[in-house]
Amino acid sequence: MNKIWLIVQREFLNRVQKKSFLIATILVPLIFPAIIGGIVWFMIEEAKSAKAEVVHVLDESGRFEFKDSKKFTFLVESGALDQVKENYNKTQDFALLYIPTFELTNPSGLAMYTKENPSVEKVSDLENVLESRIRDLKLEQYNIDQKTLDGLKTKIDLKQINLSETGEEKNSNSGILYILDSFLGIMIYIFVLVYGIQIMHGVIDEKTSKIVEVIVSSVKPFQLMMGKIIGIASVGLLQFTIWILIGTFVTSSVLGYFGLKMPQQQMQEQVMSQLDAEDAAKVQETQSKGVTEFLGILGEIPFAKITFVFLFYFLGGYLLYGALFAAVGSAVDTIQEAQQFQFPITLPLLIGYMALFLVIVRDPHGPMSFWLSIIPFTSPVAMVGRIAFGVPTWELVLSMVLLVGGFIFTTWVAGRIYRVGILMSGTKVNYKVLAKWFMIKN
Amino acid sequence: MEALVAKGVTKRYTEHVALDDVSLTIPQQSIYGLLGPNGAGKTTLIRIVNQIINADAGEISIFGERLAEKHIGTIGYLPEERGLYKKLKVGEQLLYLAQLKGLSRSEALERSKKWITKFEIKDWWNKKVEDLSKGMAQKVQFISTVMHEPKLIILDEPFSGFDPVNAQLITENILELRDNGSTIIFSTHRMETVEDLCDHVALINKSKKIVEGTKKQIKDTYKSNSFEVLHKGSFTMNGAAEMVSQQKVEDDFYKTILKMNAGGSPNKLIGDLIAVTEVHSFIEKVPTMSEIFINLVKGKSDE
Repeated sequence: MNKIWLIVQREFLNRVQKKSFLIATILVPLIFPAIIGGIVWFMIEEAKSAKAEVVHVLDESGRFEFKDSKKFTFLVESGALDQVKENYNKTQDFALLYIPTFELTNPSGLAMYTKENPSVEKVSDLENVLESRIRDLKLEQYNIDQKTLDGLKTKIDLKQINLSETGEEKNSNSGILYILDSFLGIMIYIFVLVYGIQIMHGVIDEKTSKIVEVIVSSVKPFQLMMGKIIGIASVGLLQFTIWILIGTFVTSSVLGYFGLKMPQQQMQEQVMSQLDAEDAAKVQETQSKGVTEFLGILGEIPFAKITFVFLFYFLGGYLLYGALFAAVGSAVDTIQEAQQFQFPITLPLLIGYMALFLVIVRDPHGPMSFWLSIIPFTSPVAMVGRIAFGVPTWELVLSMVLLVGGFIFTTWVAGRIYRVGILMSGTKVNYKVLAKWFMIKN
Repeated sequence: MEALVAKGVTKRYTEHVALDDVSLTIPQQSIYGLLGPNGAGKTTLIRIVNQIINADAGEISIFGERLAEKHIGTIGYLPEERGLYKKLKVGEQLLYLAQLKGLSRSEALERSKKWITKFEIKDWWNKKVEDLSKGMAQKVQFISTVMHEPKLIILDEPFSGFDPVNAQLITENILELRDNGSTIIFSTHRMETVEDLCDHVALINKSKKIVEGTKKQIKDTYKSNSFEVLHKGSFTMNGAAEMVSQQKVEDDFYKTILKMNAGGSPNKLIGDLIAVTEVHSFIEKVPTMSEIFINLVKGKSDE
């Protein structure tokens, strides 16, 4: 036990004392907000400075009247299509819109000529303009006025309330939970993969530098493996803690320093400035109601529980996969060789990751989500992806017990391969060989 | 008391037997040569003694006690495939390896300082191993093997890759350790090492022990009873010995190889020789370990 502790210490210090650890630990929480901030800033700047696109219009039906908007300026053309096309070609303008005479019930033959492939967004914006005009024409035809139409529109905003077993009511909001859970699931996936591969590299390193036989004459191979796994886990936890601290500190202080506001607030102000006073009051009322609601939901998310569950599944998933990565490292002589075994190991992790987006955050209580969050190989990503949506306690306990059982099992299997593998070099390893190593008596 | 006694040690793998009923007796304070061709089972035996792998059958006792986990600190092992953590500094490396052998941090610090001073590599304490020359790394490896003052030191091909100066330094230190009470096991196929250093030898071939004993005993067992005689004036001999060859060296001087017949004695042979020629020298042709080794291995593999 004392020796495992020595190895844990050594593995921890080896990594923490490296410059690359310091750089990664400090830069990652700075780089990500910087990248996201940069992209947001560019998007805002672009939206501000975006010029309206010039669209030439040849309207043979004569039923359209175009109003210039923020996005488009319309130039009405007349004459034959070929002539207009030729004229358009001489300009640098965005598009030429051709509207032939058409049946209102079945408008067809409308075309758009452009020089470059336009973005989907712009095409659909232009289509919206056309569709809304045709709709208006149809309303006119059926003698429906705008007021009647507005009367038909109904908007319902379901207030989501979770009724707990004790009958207590809680606000909830799927949107926020969706984002939170996707983020946590991705973090688990990345952490398990990154630190698992570090274990593998560490083992390969010991094999290629040939120190391993010296070490196993002092400690049991299993102690060496566990020492390495725990040592790297503690590096991960330290790094994770620092990231959270720096991330929280930087986000709050930078935003405060530049007097920036959250995007929602900024949007709200823009909207306000465009509305007249009467409407503004109304909007403010609903908005502030929205903000309180948002804060209420944040307040109701059990962050302590989520943090605990996240750490548990991070450690559990890491231990489960870490042992397997150690076994792969012990079986091969080079990192290149490791790739063939790495894929089958990472496959269940990848399945969990893809299911996170395809299934879990969409239907967190469905049977597929249930099974994925119970089976130990996918449960770290899947359960963390479900947790904020509320998971029945018995499911959580079952999943945790199975995960603990799972990593004890993989550690046992990996330990048997590891003890033989680390002393073998220059062997051509395939699955049959691994099975044979596994079967060798102690 | 014996440093190490192995009785009927056997290790089987699925396709072959690595060690077949091997018994050894290694006396205390001896330098014991474990010989054998590649793949004979030497490394398997050493790994079993180091408790890296377990034997399927047989018993090993070390200084009178049954081999157990507590003996890890009693043994110092320099494997054939050896290395160091490349990114770790020499000092940290020595401290870590010694602590794994059971020394406290302060003991490890004190002894590693002593050794690096002795090996004149004090300045290397804060250097990373990847910046060391091969010779320097070998010194560090040797220190890490003996730093915890093991009573049994096992060296697997210790001189492979050593330059003569380092080999000399290591040899001196090995002898010093032996004089201070340690027992040393050499696993090697370098016969000059065996000839110079070892007092006891065992030969393992094809997972079986073929011979074991003191170097003298083995040489006596496998000597051919041949003698090389330098003499003046040619002669022929019948009866006491068989003439293998006779060649002229210069003028009237000859060199003759005689093989003594069973039951004869060297003294009697000299007497016979003096009667027929003027004897200038009479030397028993003792086989080298190398010759014995090759003969035994080849002889066995012919079977």
